[in-house]
Amino acid sequence: MRSVSIIGVGLSKFGEQWDKSFRELVAEAGVKAIQDSGLEGREIQAVFGGTMASGKFIGQEHIGALIADQLGLNPLPSTRMEAACASGGVALRNAFTAVASGMYDVVAVGGVEKMTEVSTEAAADALGGAGDQETELFHGATFPALYALLARAHMEKFGTTEEMLASAAVKNHANAVHNPYAQFQRAITIEDVLNSAPVSSPLKLLDCSPITDGAAALLLCETSKAKKIAKQPVEIIASAQASDSLALTGRKSLTELNATKIAARQAFEMAKAKPEQVDFAEVHDCFTIAEILAIEDIGFFKKGEGGKATLAGETAIGGSRPINTSGGLKGKGHPVGATGIAQAIEAYWQLNEKAGKRQVKGAKLGLSHNVGGSGATAVVHVYRRV
Amino acid sequence: MVDGSLPLIWRNFSERYNLMGSKCKSCGKSFFPTRLICPNCRTKGKLVAEQMPFTGKIVSWTKVFVGPQGFDMETPYFLALIELDNGAMILSQLVDNDDGKVRTGARVEKVFRKLQDNDAEGAIAYGYKFRVTG
Repeated sequence: MRSVSIIGVGLSKFGEQWDKSFRELVAEAGVKAIQDSGLEGREIQAVFGGTMASGKFIGQEHIGALIADQLGLNPLPSTRMEAACASGGVALRNAFTAVASGMYDVVAVGGVEKMTEVSTEAAADALGGAGDQETELFHGATFPALYALLARAHMEKFGTTEEMLASAAVKNHANAVHNPYAQFQRAITIEDVLNSAPVSSPLKLLDCSPITDGAAALLLCETSKAKKIAKQPVEIIASAQASDSLALTGRKSLTELNATKIAARQAFEMAKAKPEQVDFAEVHDCFTIAEILAIEDIGFFKKGEGGKATLAGETAIGGSRPINTSGGLKGKGHPVGATGIAQAIEAYWQLNEKAGKRQVKGAKLGLSHNVGGSGATAVVHVYRRV
Repeated sequence: MVDGSLPLIWRNFSERYNLMGSKCKSCGKSFFPTRLICPNCRTKGKLVAEQMPFTGKIVSWTKVFVGPQGFDMETPYFLALIELDNGAMILSQLVDNDDGKVRTGARVEKVFRKLQDNDAEGAIAYGYKFRVTG
């Protein structure tokens, strides 16, 4: 298997982009990534795009061909990947395997979601498709409700409190203040979270990631070639993915995401690294409880200790293990198909020391973790400076 | 919300009305709803139809304040993950409960209720909900 590196990245502003269409977001991120790489675009051999529910959000399918067309990349093969909120991560993994296999030397991979074209109820309905339609959504289980069920189980088993959950959102907003691409460049307090409107107990509005428009793109290149093209390529040294039951009723445990545990374990084996060597991580905090589960299941903290560690500031920039320096899904925003790619872009910037006030000093090893649904898909990538 | 298409409602009668599921004669595990392949034994499993018990206990719960489309009339409502008495898990709405009664470990029993009636074709979906008994 060949080594694969990121040679250029592009991100649109995340947020309520009323004045921008799906295709404008794609073009913005895609063109930025090509320009950032220093290539002209002719070197690209294939395109991979992640989007979750474009059919429900904008009534448009056949996104693979649309992306290639909008970026002027016809007649390249262009394929849409869908794995709910892990669509971006899965697109990245498939692009990675295409270059690692030797089939292509340079590929473009992106993710996009345009979520504000429909009402909040319709958006919630579209996202609900990531769970089990017949046994969950049909019975009134929203996405916050599924994570609320996991949150209560964690709270009752380990003594995790609503303040501990809230501290993950507070920390991610604090990081997002320094991210010009973030939807929420403003700080919040634990009281703000605790006093926000109830959504699905024990989760409140500020425990939940927002509805966001946005696109993210990057170029992957075989590493020996990447060294000649890019000033500072970032190598992807591990890519792993695992699945679990679509419905919560099929899970072995409600206090962990087994797909995350398996994917993380495989990624660390592939990277020949241990959790304690990782300098920073972007993890999937679609809800505050999701970040607590992630930092435990990846192995950064012992099971049951994630909430306490977060409240104690260990996952803040400057803490022992900075988590979601970008602001995470909570602060930066969560355009579901784009999220997995945006996580990789934060890793690229951190390892290139281009993260500004969010910079983790001396960062050499980074990790990203992207989840689909309530944990039915998990994708983990590990990155290092070349 | 699933559009309550008539064929879908019709296909799900046995599960939604009578909690029909599957039991694997190989590993002894029960599953709801019906499965065709045992997730533990895979092709070596032998799944047979099994009616789930109508009683169980709450494993985790939430009170939903923002429901999906079609649930405006009943919001807020309780949802629970329930372990049925044969070990199978089911997710269901809880009805007829005051706030204080819903807690982890509480005993519940199945009741028959209207689930959705907002289909464009006028189809009304009925099925299971649960209520706390102790």
